[in-house]
Amino acid sequence: MATVIVDGKEITIGDHERLNGIQVAQRAGIEIPHYCWHPGMSVVASCRMCLCKSGTRDPATGKITIVPKVVPACQTPAKDNTVFVTDDEDIRKYRAMVEEDLLIDHPVDCPICDKAGECHLQDYHFEHGQKERRADIKPFHSRRREMGDTVTLFVDRCVMCTRCVRFTREIAGTSELMVVNRGSHEEIDVFPGLPLDNKLSGNVVDLCPVGALCDKDFLYSQRVWFMKKHAGVCTGCATGCSINIEENQDTVYRLRPRENPHINQWWMCDEGRYGFHHVHADERLNEPRQWTKAGQVSLDWKDVPTQIKTHLQAAGHLAAVVSPHLTVEEAYMLCAFVRSLDDKAVLAVGPIPVEGEDETFKNGFTIRAEKCPNRRGVEAVVQHFTGAVTTFDELLDQLAAGANGQAIGGVWVSGGYKTDWNDESTAERFANVKELVVQDLFSSPLFENATFQLPSAAFPERDGSYVNVADRLQSVRWAIRPPSGVMTEGQLLWRLLGRSGLFNAQVILNEIAAEIPYFSAAAGGVHELGVDLKVNQLAAAT
Amino acid sequence: MPKFEPVLMANMHRPDSHTLKVYESTGGYQALKKVLKESTQESFRDLIKNSGLRGRGGAGFPTGLKWTFLPKDHPGPIYLCINADESEPGTFNNRYLMELDPHQVIEGTILSSFATKASTAYIYLRIEYPTCYEHLEAAIAECYAAGYLGKNILGSGYSLDMYMHRGAAAYICGEETGLIESLEGKRAWPRIKPPFPAVEGLFRKPTVVNNVETVACVKQIADRGVEWFKSIGVPPDPNNPRDAGSYGPKLYCLSGHVNKPGCYEAPLGITCRQLIDEYGGGVWKGRKAKAAIPGGISMGLLTEAELDTPLDFNGPGKVGCLGLGTAAVVVADETVNMVDFLHNSCRFFAHESCGQCTPCREGTHWSLSMLDRIKAGKGRLKDLDLLSEIGNHIGIIPGTTICGLSDGAAWPIKNALKKFRGDFEEYIKRTNPTGYMITDAVPALEGAGSH
Ligand SMILES: Cc1cc2nc3c(=O)[nH]c(=O)nc-3n(C[C@H](O)[C@H](O)[C@H](O)COP(=O)(O)O)c2cc1C
Ligand code: SF4
Ligand code: SF4
Ligand code: FES
Repeated sequence: MATVIVDGKEITIGDHERLNGIQVAQRAGIEIPHYCWHPGMSVVASCRMCLCKSGTRDPATGKITIVPKVVPACQTPAKDNTVFVTDDEDIRKYRAMVEEDLLIDHPVDCPICDKAGECHLQDYHFEHGQKERRADIKPFHSRRREMGDTVTLFVDRCVMCTRCVRFTREIAGTSELMVVNRGSHEEIDVFPGLPLDNKLSGNVVDLCPVGALCDKDFLYSQRVWFMKKHAGVCTGCATGCSINIEENQDTVYRLRPRENPHINQWWMCDEGRYGFHHVHADERLNEPRQWTKAGQVSLDWKDVPTQIKTHLQAAGHLAAVVSPHLTVEEAYMLCAFVRSLDDKAVLAVGPIPVEGEDETFKNGFTIRAEKCPNRRGVEAVVQHFTGAVTTFDELLDQLAAGANGQAIGGVWVSGGYKTDWNDESTAERFANVKELVVQDLFSSPLFENATFQLPSAAFPERDGSYVNVADRLQSVRWAIRPPSGVMTEGQLLWRLLGRSGLFNAQVILNEIAAEIPYFSAAAGGVHELGVDLKVNQLAAAT
Repeated sequence: MPKFEPVLMANMHRPDSHTLKVYESTGGYQALKKVLKESTQESFRDLIKNSGLRGRGGAGFPTGLKWTFLPKDHPGPIYLCINADESEPGTFNNRYLMELDPHQVIEGTILSSFATKASTAYIYLRIEYPTCYEHLEAAIAECYAAGYLGKNILGSGYSLDMYMHRGAAAYICGEETGLIESLEGKRAWPRIKPPFPAVEGLFRKPTVVNNVETVACVKQIADRGVEWFKSIGVPPDPNNPRDAGSYGPKLYCLSGHVNKPGCYEAPLGITCRQLIDEYGGGVWKGRKAKAAIPGGISMGLLTEAELDTPLDFNGPGKVGCLGLGTAAVVVADETVNMVDFLHNSCRFFAHESCGQCTPCREGTHWSLSMLDRIKAGKGRLKDLDLLSEIGNHIGIIPGTTICGLSDGAAWPIKNALKKFRGDFEEYIKRTNPTGYMITDAVPALEGAGSH
């Protein structure tokens, strides 16, 4: 244990913690302003915004000696008896200098800048800057330069913190960004013909402390103060990055990584980041329908549960396809429901989308080939009900040959896939099924053949939990309401199970945790960073 | 004190002084032979430590002490980099050595490599010295041929390779960690310390950076001994426990408004006035001096009255200058307007700031744009306050930057405004009679601050 003193407050830090002045000050509830330092990248100590004073306390006498000059807090390690002073006349003077310096050539075009409202330059200016401009007044100039397909640079807003450059070198490992020219002529740029082009590129926008790097997908689409942030999980791949879903009035404007040391640190990939536009696609299904002898009819959601139940009960032997896009709770309720109608019902896991191979970047960040968020969670649930996991292909065979010596008469298929996941030939295999319930985001051959065609919810609309590739379970709440005409899987299954009121994922998860040992670590609520389900597996094994 | 006899420059007048033949004919490489035969690496390092030799590159850091910072029993490689970037305005002593006596530099480098257990030595040379490059390249080739470089030098078991690297003309490449980055093929952005180069330097291995003249002195000490070296110069000030003394001969560069500009070897501690009058033949055109920079522009300014300051490692600091620096004296006669001087100085530093640290990048640029405006007859007295504020706030001394370039940028500003403020006020009032009192921000000059 080491004791560090920040502005007179004693802070205790662990033996193996290697913290700098900014981090210990944070523990003391003090924010040291900073631009260039980022916890995920190398220290360059060049912006000089974090200047403070530092010294030591003599453990024997308690006498404190402060070095008579300022030092960057980001570069000063916190050791036993290190003393930090984060505010005095000198420090204020130097912070004001750095702020003033950064504004000398800045266009101050905040009214048209995406970053306004979450900009460090703005915030620090009000807190630490000079009261008025003392440098000469320059004519307005603000140049825009394309960095690549995803990111654009407003050259004159840059504070030269080099975070973006270090990101491409240290995290992505692609090194597209660089500093050109020298001194006050410095600018961020790319080599001609070699644009910013890597699968993590969007992160440089989050990193940029000012409005210099902007996201083309988000540019000019929303003022940041109108948006609300909701903790979510990216459903793009089995990594399951923690994210914030930022929305205004049920429209998602952007996804950004949410810091999670166990999963994605500070980052997410572009595929995940920009992979939400299907949520608002015009093609989304938004009306429950039924094929009857009289043709296709619209259903009223309030009639759907009874209709489905009656038809499935009459269909004979049942099966369900449990999509790896469902949450753990939804999967559990689907299995429970189908098994309540037929206690031998076949439960198969939906197709697992795999694209290419896992891709690991320089610092270890990995984009998984498995393009679904919850294979492990869904498999564990199915396993619990059936003792083994039936794959989608095995189910297709059973549709022809029968299962448990009987023909399968009714199937519930859950979808949720972003892309075409079945074709005519798949749909063909279901031809003999009497009652086919398909709940999906988009139409497909299988969907068209269904007797019950149900629209499903997209990931920002769902409540529930996902288990990622490393057996970490994260629980999230919905960020936006589904479009009118859509009932979430959770709500529908909740009704089908005869429960009253609104779907409550927490209640279901607690039941799952009590019933299925794999999930026992999730009992009693899940931390926002998730829980490691392996912890219990290990304990059970020993 | 016996009459001073130059040693560093002793052979420069000889025809073909840059060749091995001439160098050997004046006792060249005898020191190397002796040391390789009679000394261990440790004992030779201690010899240099005892000599009190301090670095000639600008900071005056004790050379032997610097060498002891290398980790003990390191498996290697250890690197020695010779700083031949010589970009401090007014400085050209390294050029004399490399052009006219390159073997002296190389022998010093081999000896210093031996003392530091370096297996590779790099000479980082500024691109603007083509003759130095030719002479050094030829000299290195001669040394390989003669067995002074390469494997198992003179049968001693010690091996050393030596390479030249030419910088692309940037002042910052002379800062030791900027030099290291540049050698590694990167932008010369000085590194943050720790780790210091002695622990983790070039290619993340222990590294020593020494100036050309420093290693030339090493060779002289190896030849003539510690006693000889300490008989020259100024012993430590007994009242200053932190003074390590200023021993040995020094190559002073003298330029500006003097009759005989040039490079002169003299004992450390001669006064600036002695240098100007006795070596430089006095101020030109029968005029008086107005000011002089004591050791490169980074060190600030001496007034006429301060010219009796001894040019040793302590002297200039006592009159408000940054230090001895490179011992390059540039004289300004009484006709010089200090506004012009400072404008020139600010232009240099704005151009050379590597741009990493905000206070240096923006401070140097801001000060230049103010001086541009002052020169254009739109100055305000308020600008002088802003300039002093910049001068007082940037640099490693207050702690606001990574390297010393900004201290060098700050000192001329601080000294000029403190010692010659009258010049500035007079100029501003005369050229901007209606606007000199304005304190609000004013429109920038078009193109101001461009460099
Ligand atoms: C901006 C800047 C430029 C420098 N340029 C040079 C240079 O051109 N040559 C040099 O020898 N030292 C230069 N130095 C000093 C070096 O950092 C370093 O102290 C020196 O090379 C060490 O050698 P010495 O111990 O032999 O003096 C410079 C320092 C700074 C801060
Ligand atoms: S573009 Fe942004 S992240 Fe990159 S150096 Fe400039 S301010 Fe920093
Ligand atoms: S790595 Fe996977 S989970 Fe993470 S952001 Fe990318 S697609 Fe989403
Ligand atoms: S955050 Fe410490 S210098 Fe930039």
